[in-house]
Amino acid sequence: MSILTTNDIRETINMIQHENLDVRTITMGISLYDCVSDDIDRLCDNIYDKITHKAEKLVATGEDISKKYGIPIVNKRVSVTPIALIGGKADSDGYVKIAKTLDRAAKTLGINFIGGFSALVQKGMSRGSEQLIKAIPQALTETDFLCSSLNVASTKAGINMDAIYMAGNAIKEMAYLTKDKNSIGCAKFVVFANAPEDNPFMAGAFHGIGEPECVINVGVSGPGVVAAAIKRAGNCDFGTLANIIKKTAYKITSVGQLVATDAAKALDTPFGIVDLSLAPTPAIGDSVARILENMGLEHCGTHGTTAALAMLNDAVKKGGVMASSSVGGLSGAFIPVSEDEGMIEAAECGALTLTKLEAMTAVCSVGLDMIAIPGDTPVETICGIIADEIAIGVVNTKTTAARLIPAYGKKVGDSVDFGGLLGTAPIMNVSPYSCKDFILRGGHIPAPMHSLKN
Amino acid sequence: MKAVISVTGKDGVGIVAKVSSKCAEFGANIVDISQTVLDGYFVMIMITDVDSLNVQFGDFVDAMASFGKENALQVNTMHEDIFNSMHKI
Repeated sequence: MSILTTNDIRETINMIQHENLDVRTITMGISLYDCVSDDIDRLCDNIYDKITHKAEKLVATGEDISKKYGIPIVNKRVSVTPIALIGGKADSDGYVKIAKTLDRAAKTLGINFIGGFSALVQKGMSRGSEQLIKAIPQALTETDFLCSSLNVASTKAGINMDAIYMAGNAIKEMAYLTKDKNSIGCAKFVVFANAPEDNPFMAGAFHGIGEPECVINVGVSGPGVVAAAIKRAGNCDFGTLANIIKKTAYKITSVGQLVATDAAKALDTPFGIVDLSLAPTPAIGDSVARILENMGLEHCGTHGTTAALAMLNDAVKKGGVMASSSVGGLSGAFIPVSEDEGMIEAAECGALTLTKLEAMTAVCSVGLDMIAIPGDTPVETICGIIADEIAIGVVNTKTTAARLIPAYGKKVGDSVDFGGLLGTAPIMNVSPYSCKDFILRGGHIPAPMHSLKN
Repeated sequence: MKAVISVTGKDGVGIVAKVSSKCAEFGANIVDISQTVLDGYFVMIMITDVDSLNVQFGDFVDAMASFGKENALQVNTMHEDIFNSMHKI
């Protein structure tokens, strides 16, 4: 073994077989601009034909690469141009029709999710965006694989509070419409500030307005590998710990880059970005919370959690960025509660609260993700939670998001099971005090001072 | 191109011979072998040249895995680039 050492080979095999190293997703971004038509049926036909043609070989290619390198590629996905931009004259019924078309294309392709039933409304709302938002509850109730997102704010534009109010109402309605499935509709909808346009992860993936015709983006994973490396290192100081995380992130990201390059070549599509993310799953040994606990916290959510997460997030980026020619998307540690076995346990034992999660989102990617709250939470309170999260993103010039599930008929102490990667969510406590008068003011919160950088 | 074949399982007589024969059957040329037994547990890593395979690489991967199952061994066949990308800068 003159070039590769036996130890190197064993380390890689161990990461895959025992530490849950995988590539979380290959996501093909497809522009739908040339599908536009003033006839809704023709528009839908154009969309279906384009997606099923462009991504025809996506699933087979993912499976071939997975076999070649002996590494699981968990998801194959498609993201499309935000649908509000191509809906033309469609009304909300028309948008539901487009939603069903996207879902049908996903089923034909055999992919896991399709994202992009989205609108960008940070500064204001076009007629099409308004119709799309009205269509979201029905669209996500009557489809299986479709994901939806709204960008309601940016550091440059400020916060569109009217859009947040519409989003809050859509979330409540979806929770009711999908009440027989634990309000799962809400798990497919996310509200963003500073949404990235090349994100391969769901529910927030869409193919941004400045993106090429078609592109391959890859999201890596591997919290189990980082947790195991930290555990092996034992008692060491923070500098040493940061280096261990960086080296591990380098290795994880290298695999992502390799898979992305291979996929782009096989599909004759340009490579876009690798998203340097630690994305957990509900499986044992695949948890971001356990990384933080291996750093020395009794439970994720206790004092010190924000500092530990800040260090983790920074080290993941520093290690990962060197392994990829182009980095983008959300890039950082994810903290979705229902999708992380350690987070679920921490929430169940009371160590992890909504307020602590909000603080944690100030130092890592995404935001309040996959959080179940009582079904009787008032819509204004949901909007207040979203607005707080969005404000953190706007003021700190970073992406934040909220994916909240007011699980219909459930209260604190219950939990909801979504199955698969979406996991199980304990219902978390929300403040009983009202923010109704604040939310109902309506209008727009101006952009912060530091948006004026020019 | 080269592939890394890892073989693990309970030690027994003739494992190297069986795996080598299987490689020969598909036209995989062995260029390096590292093998040891730890507490009765057989561990082998082979590097093979797979340029002259008589089947598609994916079929070779499947064939080696099912050969492993038949012989109570875990056999993983992976393209060498995953190791190169992870361990070389």
